[in-house]
Amino acid sequence: MMAIYVNKKTRVLVQGITGNQGRFHTELMQNYGTNIVAGVTPGRAGQEVLGVPVYDTVARAVAESGADTSVIFVPAPFARDAVLEALEHLSQVIVVTEGIPVQDTMELAAVAASRGCRLLGPNTAGVISPGLSKVGIMPGRVFTPGKVGVISRSGTLAYEISLALTEAGYGQSSLVGIGGDRVIGTSFIDVLKEFEEDPETKAIVIIGEIGGQAEEEAAEYIKEMTKPVAGYIAGRTAPEGKRMGHAGAIISGGTGTAESKIKALEGAGAGVARIPTAIPEIIAELI
Amino acid sequence: MKIYEHQAKKIFARYNIPVPEGEVACSPEEVQQAASRLDCPVTLKAQVLVGGRGKAGGIKFADNPEEARRLAEELFALEIKDLPVESLLVEEKLTIEEELYLGLTIDRSAKRPVLMLSTEGGVDIEEVAAETPDKIISSHLEPGQKFELYQARELISRLDIPSSLLNKLSQLLINLYRLYQEKDAQIAEINPLALTADGLCAADAKLVIDEDALFRQQEFEADGEELPYVELEGTVGCIVNGAGLAMSTMDTLLHLGGEPANFLDIGGGASAEVMARALSKVSCHPEVRSIFINILGGITRCDEVARGILQSIEEVEVPVVVRLRGTNEEEGSELLRENNLEVEKSMTAATEKAISAAKEWA
Repeated sequence: MMAIYVNKKTRVLVQGITGNQGRFHTELMQNYGTNIVAGVTPGRAGQEVLGVPVYDTVARAVAESGADTSVIFVPAPFARDAVLEALEHLSQVIVVTEGIPVQDTMELAAVAASRGCRLLGPNTAGVISPGLSKVGIMPGRVFTPGKVGVISRSGTLAYEISLALTEAGYGQSSLVGIGGDRVIGTSFIDVLKEFEEDPETKAIVIIGEIGGQAEEEAAEYIKEMTKPVAGYIAGRTAPEGKRMGHAGAIISGGTGTAESKIKALEGAGAGVARIPTAIPEIIAELI
Repeated sequence: MKIYEHQAKKIFARYNIPVPEGEVACSPEEVQQAASRLDCPVTLKAQVLVGGRGKAGGIKFADNPEEARRLAEELFALEIKDLPVESLLVEEKLTIEEELYLGLTIDRSAKRPVLMLSTEGGVDIEEVAAETPDKIISSHLEPGQKFELYQARELISRLDIPSSLLNKLSQLLINLYRLYQEKDAQIAEINPLALTADGLCAADAKLVIDEDALFRQQEFEADGEELPYVELEGTVGCIVNGAGLAMSTMDTLLHLGGEPANFLDIGGGASAEVMARALSKVSCHPEVRSIFINILGGITRCDEVARGILQSIEEVEVPVVVRLRGTNEEEGSELLRENNLEVEKSMTAATEKAISAAKEWA
């Protein structure tokens, strides 16, 4: 079975494994079947967390474990350093940490691009390929293996829509959280291209929200795609100029409205749901 | 986080960006005293954290300290976009020959800072970009790297700006970018950047600091609001984990005939205490007729949420509808049922229930 970004073979390193969130989600990832091969917390080498060896440095952890993907739970003040370290040694870095200063993120995105690394997030729920592997914080039980690819800026909203898909009998090939910050490493278009190429994925759900132009840009690419796309945009009731939780979710100077994004997606031929639980009906029409 | 003009100008001055001589004053008397210490005429500028201040009558000019006091009384009586005027910036009035525009902001798509410079200052820069695009240049800068003088000179030389200004202006660009980086700014803008007989001077200063960087920007204080909360005018209070789900809960309420009273995201991994505070906060909203708690836990644990609900539930007079799914769902639901609270599973059904509860609540 195919999927994108993570699968049975993915060897995962957890940075920040000894913290509360790192430990808690390492256990949930293990229970899901994710192959967690190492952890890193500077100053804690030699310890074990849930049977996973802990190292001081990513360099050592990768050399000993053969990890290929890092998932980062390091608190925001230390995240820039941790992500730079990860980008030095790994080709895929998934940043769960929320609240990283945007100037740090811009720098990390530039470093990732110059090295040809995939940086997902920050402020992402991670990636799950149901039945194969989950690298992130999503509740595994709402997902089921299948043919719908899901991409989302928001974590919990992606769970909601995946749950609705699962209950309607549509499983998912992969769910990719791209993160809720203003600047993120991997865009909708990057993920859409992967799903377009993935033979297992038959339809795609794109979950956007107010703020920025990423959905409008994605719409331009959707026009060229062969696979059907459904969409949902959160924030039709959001007032202008207020940050709606996510750093990136803000309408400013009349740009970034839900209406503009819905119009762009519909203009590109995507079916756009007005409430999240209506996504399965749209998928039913598209497949 | 927006910074007052007078605070921004103090920071600009530390970065060797020339600003007018000025003082902050909080009463007409203080304004008069400030004006008598400065060279008249003076400019009086209402200090409010919104744009459109000039159009709203928030800027006045006085020829002497007595006139300054009289005009200050008018300004302190003003409300600009519903905000009271609590302080004025009293400055020596500039004799402006030319007005330029200089701004730094974030280009989200390009994932880089973008610098904009224009010979058309003092007006809305979006209008300049739309109407006379040849009078504005913009350039992406490399995040995390120094901006060099020669790069600034190359940028400036693309505009019709006299050579005599080149060295001073390029140094000013460098200084502003250094400030932007070191202070974790999201926006740093000088509009207008005035050209006077004495040289360049920042007649206005706009600075927005990245709230996520406050842990290392101790000179700015967070506003104390811990939870992302936006008050609206509907009747169904909303408490949700995750910003996207919170927004879509509001959208769903509206779609099904209800009206959200607020946006509130308890965030990822909320503790019982956070949930309890959220419930207290929303129950204080005077228009609220029912409260909808919509939780789909990933990093958030449903049992923690349930414990938080139980801590605050006695303060709440209106009906509360709880929907719990996800991590530790069984434990959380069991806790609530033991305390005679029903738990919903479907978001749509729970939304409908919260709407009818609000309608039925007298």
